[in-house]
Amino acid sequence: MKGSKPQLIAEGKRIDGRGPADLRQIRMEVGVLKNADGSAIVEIGNTKVLAAVYGPREVVPRHEEQVDRAIIRCRYRMLSFSTMGERKSPAPSRREIELSKVIREALEPAIISSQFPRTAIDIFVEVLNADGGTRTAGITAASLALADAGIPMIDLVAAVAVGKVDGVIVLDLNEIEDMYGEADMPVAAMPSMGKITMIQLNGVLTPEEFRYALRLALDGINKIYSLQKETLKKKFVEVEE
Amino acid sequence: MSSTPETSIIPKIKMNAILNVLAKGYHIDKRPLLSYRQIDVIKNISPNADSSVLVKLGYTQVLAGVKIEVGQPFPDNPEEGVLIVNAEYIPAASPTFEPGPPDENAIELARVIDRSIRESKAVALDKLVLVPGRKVWVVWLDIYILDHDGNLIDASMIASIIALAKARIPYYEIDQVTGNVKIDRSKSAGLLPLNKLVSSVTIYKIGDVLVVDPTAEEEAIASASLTIAISEDGNIVGMQKRGLGTFTEKEIEQALEISLSRGKEIIETIKKFLS
Amino acid sequence: MSSSIQRVIRLPGDQIIVDKNVSIEGSNINISLYKLSENTYVITTVSLQDIGEDDKKIRIIPLKGRYIPKEGDIVIGIVTDVTLSSWLVDIKSPYLAILNASDYIGKSFNPSSENIRKYLDVGDVVIAKIAQFDRTRLPILTVQDKGLGKVVSGSLIEIEPIKVGRVIGKKRSMITMLSEQTKCEFVVGVNGRILLRCPDPELEYVAILAIKKIEAEAHTTGLTERIKEFILNEKVKRGLIKFEG
Repeated sequence: MKGSKPQLIAEGKRIDGRGPADLRQIRMEVGVLKNADGSAIVEIGNTKVLAAVYGPREVVPRHEEQVDRAIIRCRYRMLSFSTMGERKSPAPSRREIELSKVIREALEPAIISSQFPRTAIDIFVEVLNADGGTRTAGITAASLALADAGIPMIDLVAAVAVGKVDGVIVLDLNEIEDMYGEADMPVAAMPSMGKITMIQLNGVLTPEEFRYALRLALDGINKIYSLQKETLKKKFVEVEE
Repeated sequence: MSSTPETSIIPKIKMNAILNVLAKGYHIDKRPLLSYRQIDVIKNISPNADSSVLVKLGYTQVLAGVKIEVGQPFPDNPEEGVLIVNAEYIPAASPTFEPGPPDENAIELARVIDRSIRESKAVALDKLVLVPGRKVWVVWLDIYILDHDGNLIDASMIASIIALAKARIPYYEIDQVTGNVKIDRSKSAGLLPLNKLVSSVTIYKIGDVLVVDPTAEEEAIASASLTIAISEDGNIVGMQKRGLGTFTEKEIEQALEISLSRGKEIIETIKKFLS
Repeated sequence: MSSSIQRVIRLPGDQIIVDKNVSIEGSNINISLYKLSENTYVITTVSLQDIGEDDKKIRIIPLKGRYIPKEGDIVIGIVTDVTLSSWLVDIKSPYLAILNASDYIGKSFNPSSENIRKYLDVGDVVIAKIAQFDRTRLPILTVQDKGLGKVVSGSLIEIEPIKVGRVIGKKRSMITMLSEQTKCEFVVGVNGRILLRCPDPELEYVAILAIKKIEAEAHTTGLTERIKEFILNEKVKRGLIKFEG
C-alpha cells in the first residue's frame, strides 16, 4: 500500500506545518466512563485513545494471584475502524500483543503494587482513531486513568515518540512520518523521578542522532506531564470535604 | 455451548428497594417507567472510519463505526452488497466483562441488530453492486459497548442507524476491461444509500412491571426482556425475547403498544440528529 | 490568633519535604504517601493537603480510590459464599471478608452438628466491624458489638465509598438533617453501602433520591441546605406536607 514517498520536510516545516520540535495539539480528559474505576481520553493530533482501569480487584482465575503484590494486566487494542485504510480484524494481532506487554512494562515501575497483595489492576487501552503515536498516547492516558482510579503511583508516566524524517530529528510523529521516515523511537518516563520506563527503536540512528533524539523526547515528555497534572487538577479542583 | 449465566448476588433488601420505587411508576432516577433517558449523539469520533457515532443514553455509551470496502458478494445474493454487523462488549464497560472474543450476549446483540436492518431493507444493498456477481461494496458495521448502564440493544441500534446513515462510500473507479476497482479514500462518492430508518425498543419485565430503558442496576433484577424493532413505516421488523423469565400474551400486547409509540419517537429523535 | 489552613491539591509524583518534627496524618496515608528518603516523600494518589500555619502538622486526604478495609471500620456486607464454619462476605473492596460462625453465634460452632446456613445464607446482608486486616490474609469481620448483625428489614443502596463522608457531613450535620426530614433510620457503611429503615415508603423514596443527589453533587458547597430544600420540595410534591402560608 506504500505509494511514492511524499516529501516530509520542506523549508523546516513538516507535512502538517509543524516545526521539528513541535508537539501536535493535545486534549486530555479524565473520568469519562461511569463503570471503570478510572478512565481517561487522550487526543494528540488525530490520534485518539481511551484508557480504562479496574482495580485493585480480586484476581480471576485465583491461581494467577501473587502473595506479596498486585498483578498488573494490560491490553492494548485498536478498534476495527480506527485505522486509515481497511478495516482491522478484531482478533489480536502480533503487534497488539507486543504493545500490550510494552505498555504494561512502561507503567508497572510507577505503580506501588506491594500495597495490594493478591489483587489485580487491569488496564485497557482502546485506540479510537490512529494517526501515529498510539502506544505513547495509550501510556499517557493509562497513567491518568490509574490516577483517576486512586491507584498509588510514585509518579505519573508520560510518553511521546521521536523519529527521523528526511534526515531531520522530529518530535511526535504522525502516521505518514512513521510510515515513510527513517526512524521511530517511542519513549516513556517518570519525569519527577528522572526514570525512563520505555524505549524502543524502529529504524536507524547514529549515536549522535540518538542522544539528540532522546533529549528531544524527554523535553516533549515534560510538556505532556504538565498537561497531565493540569488535567487532574482541573477535575478535582472543586472537591471539598 | 451456552450455560446458565452466573447470577450476581443481589440481596433481597436491595432488590426490594428498587421494586418499591418501580411500583410507584418511576425509575430510580425519577423518570416515568416508559420514558427514555436523555440521548446524546456525537459524530465522527473516529475520523479514520467511513463514519463513526458515539451514543450516550444516560451513562450507557456505545460507539458504532462503519468501514466500506470492496469485496465479493455472497454466492446466493450476487446482485447485492454485503452488510456485516459485529459487536463487542469492551472489558472497560463493566466489571463483569472479561477481555476476549465476543461472548454470546455480544453476538446476540449484533445478530438482532443485523436482522432488523436486513429484513427491513433499511440499507439499499441492491444499490451497492460494482461489478455484478463479482465486486460489491462490503459494509462493516462494528459496535463497541464502551460503558454499560443498561439497555445496550436500544442504544446500539440508535448508534448503528446513525452511523449507517452518515457513512460515505469512498471515491472509486472501475476499470472496464479488468473489472478492478480502485478506491481513493480521501474523496467520497456519496452517502451510503438508506431506504428507511429503524429503531428498537426493548421492554424489560422487572417483578410484575414492564419498563423501558432501565439502568444497569434495574436491568440486573429484570427476569426477561423483549426487543421489538420498528421501522420508519410502522412495521415490526424484528423481535427477540431474552432472559430466564416469561411473558403472558397480554404482556406481549402491551409491549407491542409501547414499542410502536416509543419506536416512532426514537425515529423522530434520530431524524433530528441526522439533520 | 488566626489558624489559617492552606488546602492544596497534590498529584501522584508531587514530592514534599517534611521536617523530622512535623507530624503527618490522614486516613490511608500509608497508601497516599511513599517515603523516598529521610525527609522527602512522594504523594501517590490525588489528594488534598492541609498545611497548618505553624507547619507542625500536615494532613493528607485522598480523593479517589476503592474501599480498603481498616480495623475498626463499620461496613455493610453481602454474604456471597459459605464454608463449613464461616461465611465469605463481599464488602465492596478488592478483598472478600471472612465472618466466622463462632463470632456470629458468640460461642464455639460445631459444623458436624449444625448447618451454618441456618444462621446466615448467601444473599443475606450484615452490618459488621473489621476486626482484623493486615493485607497478608483476608479481612476478618466481627458482629459482636451493639448494632451489628444480620439485617432483616430496610432498603439497601450503594454509593461511591469516597462520598460517604459527605453523606454523614461535618459533625454529622448532613445525616442528622436527613433523619429529621425523612424520619428514616440510616446505617452508613464506610464501604459505600447505606441501609435505610423508613416508616413511610414515600419518605423512603425521597431519602433515596436525596442520597443519590448528595453523591452527584458531593464536590459542591452549601450542599446540606440544598438537600434540605430538595427534600422539602419533594415532600410538598407528593402531598406529604402542606405548604405553610
